[in-house]
Amino acid sequence: MFQFIIRRILQTIPVLIGVSIIVFSMMHLVPGDPAQVIAGEGAPQEQIDNIRERLGLNDPLPKQYLDYVTNAVQGDLGTSMRSGRDVSSEIGARFWVTVELAFYSTVLAVFVGLIVGIISATRKYSAIDTILMLVALFGLSMPNFWLGLMLIQWFAIGIDLPSWVPFFSDTAWFSPSGWGSFSQVVLPVITLGTSSAAIIARMTRSSMLDVIGQDYIRTARAKGVKEQIVIYRHALKNALIPIVTVVGLQFGGLLGGAVLTESVFAINGMGKLIIDSIQARDFPVVQGTILVASLLFVFVNLLVDVAYRFLNKRIDLD
Amino acid sequence: MSHSSEHIEKPQTAVRPPNPRLKSWKSVFNKLKKNKSAVVGGILIILLIIIALVGPYLTPYDPLYDQDVTNKLATPSSDHWFGTDNFGRDIFSRVIQGTGLTLMIGFFSILLGATVGVFLGIIAGYYGKRTDSIIMRIMDVLLAFPSILLALTIVTVLGGNMFNVIIAVAVSSVPIFARIVRGSTLSVKKLEYIDAMRALGASDSRIIFKHILPNITSPIIVQATLSIATAILSASGLSFLGLGAQPPTPEWGAMLSDGRNYLYNAPHVALFPGLAIVVAVLAFNLLGDGLRDAFDPKTRE
Repeated sequence: MFQFIIRRILQTIPVLIGVSIIVFSMMHLVPGDPAQVIAGEGAPQEQIDNIRERLGLNDPLPKQYLDYVTNAVQGDLGTSMRSGRDVSSEIGARFWVTVELAFYSTVLAVFVGLIVGIISATRKYSAIDTILMLVALFGLSMPNFWLGLMLIQWFAIGIDLPSWVPFFSDTAWFSPSGWGSFSQVVLPVITLGTSSAAIIARMTRSSMLDVIGQDYIRTARAKGVKEQIVIYRHALKNALIPIVTVVGLQFGGLLGGAVLTESVFAINGMGKLIIDSIQARDFPVVQGTILVASLLFVFVNLLVDVAYRFLNKRIDLD
Repeated sequence: MSHSSEHIEKPQTAVRPPNPRLKSWKSVFNKLKKNKSAVVGGILIILLIIIALVGPYLTPYDPLYDQDVTNKLATPSSDHWFGTDNFGRDIFSRVIQGTGLTLMIGFFSILLGATVGVFLGIIAGYYGKRTDSIIMRIMDVLLAFPSILLALTIVTVLGGNMFNVIIAVAVSSVPIFARIVRGSTLSVKKLEYIDAMRALGASDSRIIFKHILPNITSPIIVQATLSIATAILSASGLSFLGLGAQPPTPEWGAMLSDGRNYLYNAPHVALFPGLAIVVAVLAFNLLGDGLRDAFDPKTRE
């Protein structure tokens, strides 16, 4: 197990190097002179030279890359063109907002996805199964930014309810923007979590059905084990293994999806930072944020792989 | 956007034992006809293609230039089925006009991404060893970017327009194809008749294109169909963020981006383009699901 973890960590090193090369190259692949691009059109030559000097753009590329990585490892991701602040402090303030958003959405997706998947699998081909799977299909076919807008319209701007409905006069229950309080968190988390919930539900269903079809489940049933125990102790436990991998991959999807969700709900996280910085052509911030998001994704997948291995091993021993 | 990982749902498609090709195409089609989701998805896609081809000639208004200034943000009526937007343009005509754009972006980005990914995957799987590890490590790097972020990076570098969106979405779809094709290639490569071909003196390229590629088409087709759905979502997302198709192009994502400013007084502006995206994505997801079931050896008998 220990060996496996070490090997797995070593395997991420080439990936991290590749990611850093791509992120570093971004600024140099932009058509034209990066210093000119950053300074904006019609900037005086002096200012362009200044930027070039400050960013070390006169150095040979390999040296620039090594400098970039050396600084990045020490937590120095450069300086924002827009605000003049350190990129790492610009990200630091927003990092946890996005992690929180992605984490809550993952929790929601796993919770809803597992329940729906189990219900569907245990009632295979019933009306409930068909309806749930149709809903799941819609869930993963919806653009999350559209779902977000619709949720804002229904549950933040609100729809007037008829007078016979007790307690509520309209459906403006939640806040349409920002992050922090409960009423601000609900809609973004639903927006971001829905497609993952749908994917996990479909995955759980097919994984459960695969397991339920196997001999040892028939044996357990033939032995007279209670159906509930068969489903939850025998089937679900084994069905969980492939689901764990999906959850890890989904987390990356959620980090990406957070860009759109944060944009819709005006949440000041990393996603919104990327978009704002792209529009302001603030490349150091774009680079830094994409680098941090990718590192986070790689790290989560590392954790998931270890967890997967752990689950798998324990089950082998049973 | 987040379901690019859908392909792992049923890994058995990737290791499907090869079947005699011509006969199996017919049986796949017969299976598809019986598969409800494939039929519904297929019909929806055909309808979308028809709308994309003839729709623009039949729309009641010009999607760009018919600006009914006295009738801005009007709610749906018999004159304007989907209402009008903030310039007084007919949203129905714009949604119709956008169908072709969306299909084209989805189709061409996956055509490009799949071609590159299949090529890399076959090379990696067939030659193995160092070629394999170099190609797959590069794919790992591309996969290390959280879904839409890779496309975002590319669009940032190249600049936001529709052509660059196609390239961005294509690049981010490459690793999935490479992975699937590599896996299938490995399983086909082990079969005896490939050894026989080699013993008979067939060249590598002949074995790859004549004998391996035809035997791994089914996972490629399934993944391509599902990837078009993802591509439509990603591309409309980029346009929504203002990094893809630019206004006044009647692209659905860009239209949604306009609509978000009028949620309070004219929610229909955001409603209809979004519904259109849902229908298009749903159609490809349905067909992809159906194809996967039809190709699945477990349900073949």
